[in-house]
Amino acid sequence: MARIELTVDGGKVSDDVEPRMLLVQYLREKLGKTGTVIGCDTSNCGACTVHLDGRSVKSCNVLAVQASGHEVTTIEGLADTHEGGDLHPVQEAFRECHGLQCGFCTPGMIMQAVDLLAENPTPTEAEVREGMEGNLCRCTGYHNIVKSVLHASSTTAGGAR
Amino acid sequence: MIPTQFEYLAPTSVDEALAALAEHGDEAKVIAGGQSLLPVLRMRLNAPEVVIDLGGIEALRGVREDGDALVIGAMTTHHAVLHDALVGEHAALLVKAEHQLADAQIRHRGTIGGALAHADPAGDLGAPALALGAEFVIAGPGGTRTVPADEFFVDLFETAIAEGELLTEIRVPKHTGWGAHYEKFVRVAHQWPIVAVAAAVRVEGGTIAEARVGLTNMGSTPLRARSVEEALVGQPATEDAVASAAARAAEGTNPPSDLNGAADYRTHLAQVLTRRAVLAAAGA
Repeated sequence: MARIELTVDGGKVSDDVEPRMLLVQYLREKLGKTGTVIGCDTSNCGACTVHLDGRSVKSCNVLAVQASGHEVTTIEGLADTHEGGDLHPVQEAFRECHGLQCGFCTPGMIMQAVDLLAENPTPTEAEVREGMEGNLCRCTGYHNIVKSVLHASSTTAGGAR
Repeated sequence: MIPTQFEYLAPTSVDEALAALAEHGDEAKVIAGGQSLLPVLRMRLNAPEVVIDLGGIEALRGVREDGDALVIGAMTTHHAVLHDALVGEHAALLVKAEHQLADAQIRHRGTIGGALAHADPAGDLGAPALALGAEFVIAGPGGTRTVPADEFFVDLFETAIAEGELLTEIRVPKHTGWGAHYEKFVRVAHQWPIVAVAAAVRVEGGTIAEARVGLTNMGSTPLRARSVEEALVGQPATEDAVASAAARAAEGTNPPSDLNGAADYRTHLAQVLTRRAVLAAAGA
């Protein structure tokens, strides 16, 4: 077992875990943060995207021990990173633009969109599509997902984070 | 799937990492960003008893200048390389390739050294490293040695890094003012290329003065398209002249046949992509 200490969604946590435990497993099985989902389990689909020290990563492709000493934000803590309102502006935009059908890819889509807008607050449609290339949607809802990201960009004047 | 059990070591210096490697030998696997290794461990294609994580070695991160070369720490992430001002100015070809490598999330974790040491023939950085004449600084029990790109890539997933050694730095000769382009042909977004071509050219008054061309996935290692390079020198940067040189792109290659395409298809692709890459690099 290995001792890990990290910050998840603003709270400090510490645990003894097997070194082979994936970050996504740790979040879901140890912390009960099932808002982060496992999609493909092969690091392709991006459904498990969280932020590690403020940058998007696929949490099925990071070991929990590698996150020790670092800060993780999941979809469950995203709204708290934003002042005012129950939802983060990107969450709000996905609701407004119907950026989901079944919703399974949505946690990852939103976390990646927040990262994208932090780096490029006013992306073009092409830049959104390229920036979201690591996230798959099997309802073929890409058009409304792209619309949602662009909408979030416009409603926050790029200040989505 | 999750990996089999392993012991996890997190050294904070290269010396500590080398000591761990010396102690555990071939029972150990080194993890850099882990974006290629973790899927392998999860699918249990490999089951090391010890995993040595280089993530805590800060000295291996960052880009600096050293005379006519850039020195890129092996643990510098793809994202950091992509946005580094020095790399943008002196090694634009790397930026072009990094921009198309995998996706944003993978680029945040994955490292330039990890990708090059992994030596996947479909990896995006081998061809640019070859084309730019990069050198690889490898640390071992007896000190460090420097290996030129031509000798670094040995075979499929095999490099000049020997047991007990670590890749610590990549030295890239400055190609300031060169035009560059990475032309990648993929089946779907964020996948490995079926074939890709890395081209850097120095154009003087409309004529190609120097050219470097690297090929991805046209053999078991990245390859230099030397006959194309030679044919380009002295030519005008025009569609006809470049197409004529690019027709030689597959010379000396041994492309694989797989579900994405047969060898003769790749031979054709290499020529088409080389023409596109060189023209784009030359700004034509």
